Amino acid sequence: MTIDINTVVKIAHLAHLKIPPQQQQSVAGDLNKILAWVGQLDEVNVEGVEPLANVNDGSLGWREQDVVTDGDKPQDILANAPSKTADFFTVPKVVE
Amino acid sequence: MTDLTDLSMTQALAGLAKKEFTATELTDRYIKASIKGQAATNAYITTTFDAAREAAKASDERRAAGHAGTMDGIPIAMKDLYCTKGVQTTAASKILEGFVPTYESTVSQKLADAGCITLGKANLDEFAMGSSNTTSAYGNVVSPWSGEDPANAARKLVPGGSSGGSAAAVAGRMALAATGTDTGGSIRQPAAITGIVGIKPTYGRCSRFGIIAYASSLDQAGAMTRTVADAALMLREMAGHDPKDSTSLNLPVPDFTQALGQSVKGLRIGIPREYRIDGIPAEIDTIWGKGAQMLREAGAEVVDITLPHTKYALPTYYIIAPAEASSNLARYDGVRFGLRETGDSLTEMYENTRGSGFGVEVRRRILMGTYVLSAGYYDAYYKKAQRVRRLIRQDFIGAFEKCDVILTPSAPSTAFAIGENEDDPIKMYLEDVFTVTLNLAGLPGIVVPMQLCANGLPMGMQLIGKPFDEMTLFKAAAALESAAGYNAKPPFVG
Repeated sequence: MTIDINTVVKIAHLAHLKIPPQQQQSVAGDLNKILAWVGQLDEVNVEGVEPLANVNDGSLGWREQDVVTDGDKPQDILANAPSKTADFFTVPKVVE
Repeated sequence: MTDLTDLSMTQALAGLAKKEFTATELTDRYIKASIKGQAATNAYITTTFDAAREAAKASDERRAAGHAGTMDGIPIAMKDLYCTKGVQTTAASKILEGFVPTYESTVSQKLADAGCITLGKANLDEFAMGSSNTTSAYGNVVSPWSGEDPANAARKLVPGGSSGGSAAAVAGRMALAATGTDTGGSIRQPAAITGIVGIKPTYGRCSRFGIIAYASSLDQAGAMTRTVADAALMLREMAGHDPKDSTSLNLPVPDFTQALGQSVKGLRIGIPREYRIDGIPAEIDTIWGKGAQMLREAGAEVVDITLPHTKYALPTYYIIAPAEASSNLARYDGVRFGLRETGDSLTEMYENTRGSGFGVEVRRRILMGTYVLSAGYYDAYYKKAQRVRRLIRQDFIGAFEKCDVILTPSAPSTAFAIGENEDDPIKMYLEDVFTVTLNLAGLPGIVVPMQLCANGLPMGMQLIGKPFDEMTLFKAAAALESAAGYNAKPPFVG
């Protein structure tokens, strides 16, 4: 289960993260080291153990009423936009 | 006359109440210290001195009018992971340079409501990922323990991380206290190696609303101070249920300061044998033993306990935390805030923005997280880690049947130099070997400074409490602090 350059390219793409070709080898090396190290977990018998996602699971707070409590502030939401037009974020064209 | 920066928060509040000095005088003194300290240590990313002076004036007016808050006039540093309305918030990342939130984090708002004065936004490891404050896009923080002139010291020491700027500011007398956040040890490891107190409360005690997320099931806010009493007071003001964070606990917040000075007679202190780790300096083991002896002499009972899955905590963390980070950090895409690079297509814009905006360690964790969550590896890594996480939590639940509080070391060495531990990512990860278990189990932990080691650098010990039982934790911490009598000051003070 080692990570080669093709895997680095694949997961970088999944993560929307550009990794320059000259760095891919060293990234693969680091990830392999970490994977080998976390491989220690193979020693642990987890049969019948339920995964724990959150230490307070079962006690999450729920809204008493599902009502809108915030909003209607487009200027706040757009305040940090790198690019905007009227009340919209703008991005490179996605439809031809 | 005593220098105002030598007073603890509790002492400063008493002085303010008795009109021995004003919040303006105290704040001006700390601004002077912060200017000097900034040049020496780079503890801040952004300073807000003008706003601090105005806030101090308002604080004096409130006090004169007879309605001062519980922390009124106390100058603090705010970790730059807390969103602050109208003040740049970067998470120490280039990707958030220039980001000015239009809202305030719940915890920073609560502290402002209590009367705290913010001197600036403290430096940290990028997105709180690191143990040395050397991954910040805004420069390394140099520990005030590096020498009288830290910026030009031959061996520049790290303040720890990720709350390194907070630790340097509090230890170096540039702030009376600071906020931190702790995902794997980011409050406690820097506190331990800079000689201050750091508390990470039970998961859910403090609202995470407005705190930039790293790993949501582990992240927790906490206080970094010079005394246990100060930490108890500050945490009391920070904690509490928040409807804006569904993981914040809907429980009353006890007055933690009531725990101080209570007898520890009969308290059972657990010593976990698995925390005696190969390669840890003998001196740390010795201090650990001394700590147990101090609590025994104060009337506590010391019992041996076992936490069998301890050695698996770090590998578990380095699956779960990157997995959550890869999801949380997906929002930095160049559309709504922060950096945007150009690209011919939307995807290329995303990839270029994120490739150039994130530093090496953040990219590494995003990739690792993406990998362990990807099809074919999810069960083998992520689900497996979540199962081991339950075993780690069960270890603690079992141990707490035999004891009330657990005493352990808090960092595997005193402060190391900038650049050390950087040849291999796993070496840096090992810095959190004693702290990370608590985040996985959701438990509260506090670091109390104990003494200077033979190399002249401070070392603290960690106390671990039962979930929601910060009261007992503070009681034991105050007893340990009183017995240790630590009062060392770093060679550099602001």
